[in-house]
Amino acid sequence: MRERLSARLSSHSFLALPFALWAALFIVLPLFFVLWTGLTDGAGRFTAEHLSTVLQPEYLRALKLSVELALLSTCICLVLAYPLCLILRERRERQGLLVFLLFLLPLWMNSLLTTMAWQTIMEKHGIINMLLSALGLPGVHLINTPAAIVIGMVYNFLPYMVLPLYVSISRIDESIIEAARDLGANPFQTLRRVLLPLSLPGIVSGSTMVFIPSLTTFVISALLGGNKVLLVGNIIEQEFTAAYDWQLGSALSVVLMVFIILNILLEAFTNSGEQGKKRRP
Amino acid sequence: MKKELLRLERVSKSYDGTQILEDLDLTIHENEFVTLLGPSGCGKTTILRLIGGFETPDSGKIWFDGRDITGLQPEKRQVNTVFQKYSLFSHMDVAENIAFGLKLKGKSKSYIRDKIKYALKLVNLESYEHARVTQMSGGQQQRIAIARAIVNEPKVLLLDEPFSALDLKLRQNMQRELVKIKKELGITFVFVTHDQEEALSMSDTVVVINQGWIQQIGTPENVYNEPENAFVADFIGDSNIIDGIMVRDHLVHLLGKDIPCTSAGFGENVPVDVHIRPEDIQICAPEEGQFAGRILHVVFKGTVYDITIEAGGFEWLVQTITGHAQGKEVGLRLMPANIQIMAKPESVDEEAVNDA
Amino acid sequence: MEKLKNTYLGAIVIFLYAPILVLIAQSFKASRYRGQWTGFTFQWYESLMESEKIMEAFSNTLTIGVTSALLATFLALVTALGLRQMGHRGRMLFRGLANVPLLNADIVTGISLMLLFLGLGLRLGYDTILLAHIVISLPYAMLCILPQVLSMDDVCYEAARDLGAGPVLAFRKVILPELLPAIMAAFLLCFAMSADDFIVTYFTKGLGIETLTTEIYAELKLGVHPEMYALSALFFCGVLVFAALLMLNYKVIHRYRKVGRREAAV
Repeated sequence: MRERLSARLSSHSFLALPFALWAALFIVLPLFFVLWTGLTDGAGRFTAEHLSTVLQPEYLRALKLSVELALLSTCICLVLAYPLCLILRERRERQGLLVFLLFLLPLWMNSLLTTMAWQTIMEKHGIINMLLSALGLPGVHLINTPAAIVIGMVYNFLPYMVLPLYVSISRIDESIIEAARDLGANPFQTLRRVLLPLSLPGIVSGSTMVFIPSLTTFVISALLGGNKVLLVGNIIEQEFTAAYDWQLGSALSVVLMVFIILNILLEAFTNSGEQGKKRRP
Repeated sequence: MKKELLRLERVSKSYDGTQILEDLDLTIHENEFVTLLGPSGCGKTTILRLIGGFETPDSGKIWFDGRDITGLQPEKRQVNTVFQKYSLFSHMDVAENIAFGLKLKGKSKSYIRDKIKYALKLVNLESYEHARVTQMSGGQQQRIAIARAIVNEPKVLLLDEPFSALDLKLRQNMQRELVKIKKELGITFVFVTHDQEEALSMSDTVVVINQGWIQQIGTPENVYNEPENAFVADFIGDSNIIDGIMVRDHLVHLLGKDIPCTSAGFGENVPVDVHIRPEDIQICAPEEGQFAGRILHVVFKGTVYDITIEAGGFEWLVQTITGHAQGKEVGLRLMPANIQIMAKPESVDEEAVNDA
Repeated sequence: MEKLKNTYLGAIVIFLYAPILVLIAQSFKASRYRGQWTGFTFQWYESLMESEKIMEAFSNTLTIGVTSALLATFLALVTALGLRQMGHRGRMLFRGLANVPLLNADIVTGISLMLLFLGLGLRLGYDTILLAHIVISLPYAMLCILPQVLSMDDVCYEAARDLGAGPVLAFRKVILPELLPAIMAAFLLCFAMSADDFIVTYFTKGLGIETLTTEIYAELKLGVHPEMYALSALFFCGVLVFAALLMLNYKVIHRYRKVGRREAAV
């Protein structure tokens, strides 16, 4: 009896069944709830009414600003992370783990608290302005501006750029770089013609992992933007927790889902190109 | 005398406190096929990397065509490398890989096209221009790597154990082709390997290296037939190396017997290493040989038999083309010309021999 | 050049650690409010245990974290074993499905789960947070466990069976030990994801229950209790100690490896 049961256990894929049920209930169904709430009226008929509300200037402006800030923070993360990963790659033998831990430890700090600490750093009488005035320089107005939000996004999401980028850059063999130099490429040409194309999957995956949370955040904008800078995330949050217009909130979420799907497609596309190339070792 | 092209002058290099090379001198001539041969970790790859510009020496100079290139960046050297791991650019197809260096130099499209055609023909991969490099076999990838290097018309081509990942048959094919390519191009090849057969079959000059010290420089015949010390003798081919005493010129005392030989000039009653190749020993009847002994075991190796014989208190390795029965009593006969006498290491340079 | 690189690394480290230093400094600050430095104190560490609100949120975070991590790890392990027998296509489908919460924005996951729970007639509270946390940490558990399970060799299991071990015993003695590191990693990562989550919790928690993150968010508007800084400073110290141990362990291993390599080279 035991023998038969375990033979089935070891040779059948029915073990994946609970997950199939789980996924249907908690992954697929919830998304249909969002679509349903966003695309139907109270009586269950399809309507584009809530979606068209999204096109009102107020919401469009928030959407545009969200996309702009998310793009900006993604670019800054990429520009900061790329040289960082190149340096880490060079030092993986000597100081690998130390440096790696150094860059991962801040992830363990609660992000609400660290974001609030940025408030302390950037506010009117905050640390930056104190330092500037101690140096006799004029103060800067950072808090409650889009710039402050971007700094907060970069701080929160930089590790998400570093991780995939580092994985893909550290996979490039030293001899590939040497081959490029050997064939006459100077360091800059080596970067442009060899390193960048070879690390493209990491760039895309890192960018996705920064862009999506930046696009949809409401915490960072609430803490560092005051109530002066409104992003899509803030509007959705307000529709659900204060204004109770769930249909509009869902419609906005549907718009966000479109961005997410585009991102997933972009990533899948780069990865499949990569896999096609990697079939032979 | 050939014209000197490349010279390493008292070059030293260490990594993490481990001295790899110390005061190494090496001269490489124009149109020479030089092989750096030695066990792994002996410093041969370091020498290649110093020439390629991927490392700079801690001290010493590197001269190229009369010019000091010690600190020159790799991209500025008239030297190209074929890497052990092929190191092709996986995001480019074959033609793009080959064109890489030419594009950087700003060559015209038609020039590049002709060069690609020529190089692919040279390495026997004519129809592969637009193949993906990652879908090619190891041997094909290595050919592309060679093509990619030679289109830049380097004066020296460096090859770092390029065939070590290939299987035996393919390796032998590639060796023959490489010699052909070398003849066609007429440039200098510096080839690194730990495989003595590879070194002997391809090179004009073999440089045997151990623990950072050059043990011997010579033609393949030279280093095989007249190894200068026990390391070279042992590393290249199979050897019997026995302690002996040079009684006087043309006579060596070996395992209790005085044996005539052809060597001279060692002095009288000087301890030496006596080196005899296993294929140079003749097996005969016990009473006819200089030593009498018994066959311990016999291994058939395909073309020859490896026979271990205990005689005179030493286990001899003998290679014959006919088999013998294990346990048989036999005699060993040595021709004077086949006995190679080598001085015992005494200078600093040769200490490495003993450590190995 | 090396100097420039070190400067760059240093600048980024300062950027990453500046807010953490600010938080630690605030945990020692005498005044309850943000802003000017008013003096040094240990009092927030002393009153930490007495702050009922924080302790309750802390205990919720802990129990939800452990429970959801256990369940997610278990489900991931079972699923991975099932996927091992499945064809390529089915595997891709399951993997894609499992990755949805990972790729989706937290805010969308949060509201979608909230709509689901309410649509099913559940009351938002402890249980819905727990369910939601399993949903968001499951992809991470799968990421840790699935590659290990798929690359596992059948030979060992078969050898154990061949040597007379029953399938259950063989599983326990052969497969489980091999997967243990991945299972531990999955559990830790799931716990971290659960403990650090704010957005999904925020939408699925309902009234009257707080985890640490939602408690912090609630306090942000009125001023965070300094005890919270003390708690996070303590937590960060714990993480530092853990990292230091890891480093030490690694260094010892690394040294052995280096010696081994040098010996192999000679």
